[in-house]
Amino acid sequence: MREPRSHLERLLRSDVFVVTAEMPTVDGADPSVVHRIAEGLRGRVDAVNCTDNSSAHPHLSSVAAGHLLLDAGVEPIVQLTCRDRNRLALQADLLGAAALGVRNVCLMTGDDVTAGDHPEAKPLYDLDSIHLIRTARILRDEGVYLSGRKLEHPPEYLIGAVENPFAPPLELRPMRLGKKIEAGAELIQTQICFDLPRLRLFLARAGDLGLLGLVPILVGVFVPRTARALRYLRDEVPGIDVPEEVLARMEAAPADRQPDVGVAIATEIVQGVRELPGVRGVHLMAIRNEEGLHRVIEGAGLLPRPEPTPVG
Amino acid sequence: MRRTRRRLDRRPPATAPPVRGVRRAVLELERLTKEALFDCRMCGQCILHSTGLSCPMRCPKNLRNGPCGGVLQDGSCEVLPDRPCVWVQAFEGSRRLPLWRDHLRHIQKPVDWRLQETSSWENLLTGRDGHAPPGWLAAERGSAHAGTVGDP
Repeated sequence: MREPRSHLERLLRSDVFVVTAEMPTVDGADPSVVHRIAEGLRGRVDAVNCTDNSSAHPHLSSVAAGHLLLDAGVEPIVQLTCRDRNRLALQADLLGAAALGVRNVCLMTGDDVTAGDHPEAKPLYDLDSIHLIRTARILRDEGVYLSGRKLEHPPEYLIGAVENPFAPPLELRPMRLGKKIEAGAELIQTQICFDLPRLRLFLARAGDLGLLGLVPILVGVFVPRTARALRYLRDEVPGIDVPEEVLARMEAAPADRQPDVGVAIATEIVQGVRELPGVRGVHLMAIRNEEGLHRVIEGAGLLPRPEPTPVG
Repeated sequence: MRRTRRRLDRRPPATAPPVRGVRRAVLELERLTKEALFDCRMCGQCILHSTGLSCPMRCPKNLRNGPCGGVLQDGSCEVLPDRPCVWVQAFEGSRRLPLWRDHLRHIQKPVDWRLQETSSWENLLTGRDGHAPPGWLAAERGSAHAGTVGDP
């Protein structure tokens, strides 16, 4: 078997329950901001996703953020979306990220520009996420561009992708997972999960299609700080399913207790997915709730994290 | 109404040169029938039979391989919430098709944007819609998984 391409891939092959987290967005050009974020996450998670203009708002670029995380000793997963770049730019950034030392990418369609603060922008969608996944694979494994032109040095990275088990058409989601795997995805991070029965159903159907165990799945877990944050997710972020009872539980708590309830909700999800078939870890997300994130990692017994070992 | 919706869909500008004579007649006939039947967007590389007869170019993200993750809980499009998701319709449509229901599973190649506003019927006959980037074809040949992953 070939050597793992990244620390993350090494862990995914082991029996360690893997923890990744989403890096907060950075609005500015000060690298020390990313370094400070890295300080807070180093040793607490195995790899950190650098989002690509998340929610269709421009931020510090994911490739740059990934590079700065590497400087600070944190393994990045650089996200690229199909919304803002055509196939030329996407291939250029895949090479650029790999040249800067990034060894994990995560490829997706992306929120539409209408969800962001530049709704008048021209969205690209030259490729779709499955095209992009296969293109990343072509660069790496065939050593050529999509056009067939040869690369001098093919990139090395683990190819990640996303799936949303909680959005309609639910019956189609496992098949779409299969298409992503066929296209070349080697890791799947899911959309935020609040609904364990729905996740189990998705996994069962994926199992029926023979997909479980083909690629590691990291389940998305959100750590809400306030009921307002949960309502924001439900109403403003397309594709996120926040069940009524979760929101009610949060709203039942007084404002100063809501962060604790949020931590409890997230911790329960982490515990609930630990033994599910095909699930190899969790992907933690929070909005301005670093403390809550840390408490979940600690409270769910996810510490200590394995030491990063040099790869390649 | 349709014109407004078209504008909302922000489809890319037509790059195809104008055609005349019989080719023009074919183009207009295809447009007339398929716009009426499928709200077709004349991408020139039709895959309607693989998508439950729901035109994937009506998806604001032009997704040809399945729905994005932003579909609203009631099955509406995240970009145009007053419209059902094209892929929710594709899934339902594919269940009703006698022949091609499994085609939803096939990976569709990237769009050749040069074919916008050309006739897919003509492109089918001339083989022009068969073009795929050479790197893509190399990966298709080399794909160890092809045709096995997701087989029920």
